Amino acid sequence: MAHELGPPVVVLRAVEKRFGTLTVLSDISFTVRRGETVCIIGPSGSGKSTLLRCINALVPVSAGSITVAGREVNDPRLDQRALRRDVGIVFQQYNLFPHRTALDNIMMAPVHVLRQDRAQVAARAHELLAKVRLTDKADAYPSELSGGQQQRVAIARALAMNPKVMLFDEVTAALDPETKKEVLVTVQELAAEGMTCILVTHEMGFARRVADHIYFTDGGVIVEDGPPAQLLEAPREARTRDFLDKVL
Amino acid sequence: MTDLPVLRQVRPLAALRAPLAWPVLPLATALVLVASLAWAQMGAQAEARPETTSALAAMLRWAPLIFGGFLFNVLVSVLSMTLGTALGFPLGLLLIAHARPARALGQGLTQFFRNAPWLVLLFFVMFLLPFELHIGGLTIPLPSWAKSVLGLALPVAANVAELVRGALQSIPEPQWSAARGLAFGKLQTIRLVILPQAIRRMLPPWMNLYAILTMATTLISIVGIQDGLTITRAAIASDARPELMLPLYLFLLLLFFAYCYPIARATLVLERRFQVRG
Repeated sequence: MAHELGPPVVVLRAVEKRFGTLTVLSDISFTVRRGETVCIIGPSGSGKSTLLRCINALVPVSAGSITVAGREVNDPRLDQRALRRDVGIVFQQYNLFPHRTALDNIMMAPVHVLRQDRAQVAARAHELLAKVRLTDKADAYPSELSGGQQQRVAIARALAMNPKVMLFDEVTAALDPETKKEVLVTVQELAAEGMTCILVTHEMGFARRVADHIYFTDGGVIVEDGPPAQLLEAPREARTRDFLDKVL
Repeated sequence: MTDLPVLRQVRPLAALRAPLAWPVLPLATALVLVASLAWAQMGAQAEARPETTSALAAMLRWAPLIFGGFLFNVLVSVLSMTLGTALGFPLGLLLIAHARPARALGQGLTQFFRNAPWLVLLFFVMFLLPFELHIGGLTIPLPSWAKSVLGLALPVAANVAELVRGALQSIPEPQWSAARGLAFGKLQTIRLVILPQAIRRMLPPWMNLYAILTMATTLISIVGIQDGLTITRAAIASDARPELMLPLYLFLLLLFFAYCYPIARATLVLERRFQVRG
């Protein structure tokens, strides 16, 4: 992507995560700058989702340092809610609130967490719905929407908080090929507008188009990283080549 | 998509139950009531007691009083349910609290009141609480009906707490993650995301509990409160006409049935609707 990169927004240094005796992540270090789009690829069970959830403190890290917009995440005095206001997250299973309409889903956090004016939030929510091409679905309940539509509402919901960085956790993994595309287009537009994005994805073609930098993880470590063209076409490591041979 | 098989399974069952059950059961009971009245009348005539009024006349004389007593049962049930729910809700929240001591306290209270016989709890409250409370210079009278409301509310609260806990925990974990990811606090998450979904699941068992409580309110007649059952027994005793026992008790039964049965039906309907919606 050809846009100017700003100062670092997310910085990970020697991050380690253990569940009991099981080490899920070890020695993970990378930096994401403002406006940058980073993809994390790798086999299932390599700790990618856990890594994303560490960044907004949904999962506590065991060691190392994560800073988001200068705020240290691995700190017992961390204001988790302040951190999460800055970090939007979109999940594989959408996780919309089923008892609220699409519009309400988008409005809830700005109204109740940021305590913004309801009318202004509603106007912004309509804008966001237009942005994800769901203008006519404002009053639909999640159960009335397709997977792709639900996922786009989930993206709009996260954007409504004006986050400094967006995390996407395999957001197309549960979708069929047609609906996949509409979600990918939305994410791509966001990235092009300069939103800082960290994506865990299995869509190699998409990663290639959208990413500024790709990290390949396996067994809880970063095996290799580089710009998309280099990493996907001329990987240096045998493990990366094996993985790419299987998925491409 | 998964809705469809559930719907198909349920509809014929509902069609079978709905039109039949509602009129048949009360009609049958009413028929037995009439038959028992006739039987009581014949019994009286066979014994040749011309000075006594007819069974029907006695019945008509007592019915308004019994009905009044029954209304008192309903009042006690509504008050106990309200108090029990108000106490049970926070108790249910304690059961899923993060802090271990809070959870232990909640579990202790819930288990104790859930596993104690209602009548024993009722006796306990009736005879342990004074007839008036002195708080500062204030004297609050505690009439026995108020104590009985509290006595019934205790087991209700414990059952509501379990209901609340079960319903809250039945909401899938990703709903919590999504709310936390949007910077909601824990209480905000419960209030805005979890509870509204959980209440739909809570409603049918809560109504079921209410129906059980309503029937259990007749326990208060044992601790000396004038309710529908007390009045019915008094009616039978004062006329010294044991043949009225069957029609009068049946009348009281019918009143409770007419009140509780629609609740049970509505519970079923709600259960089915929520099952289909997921």
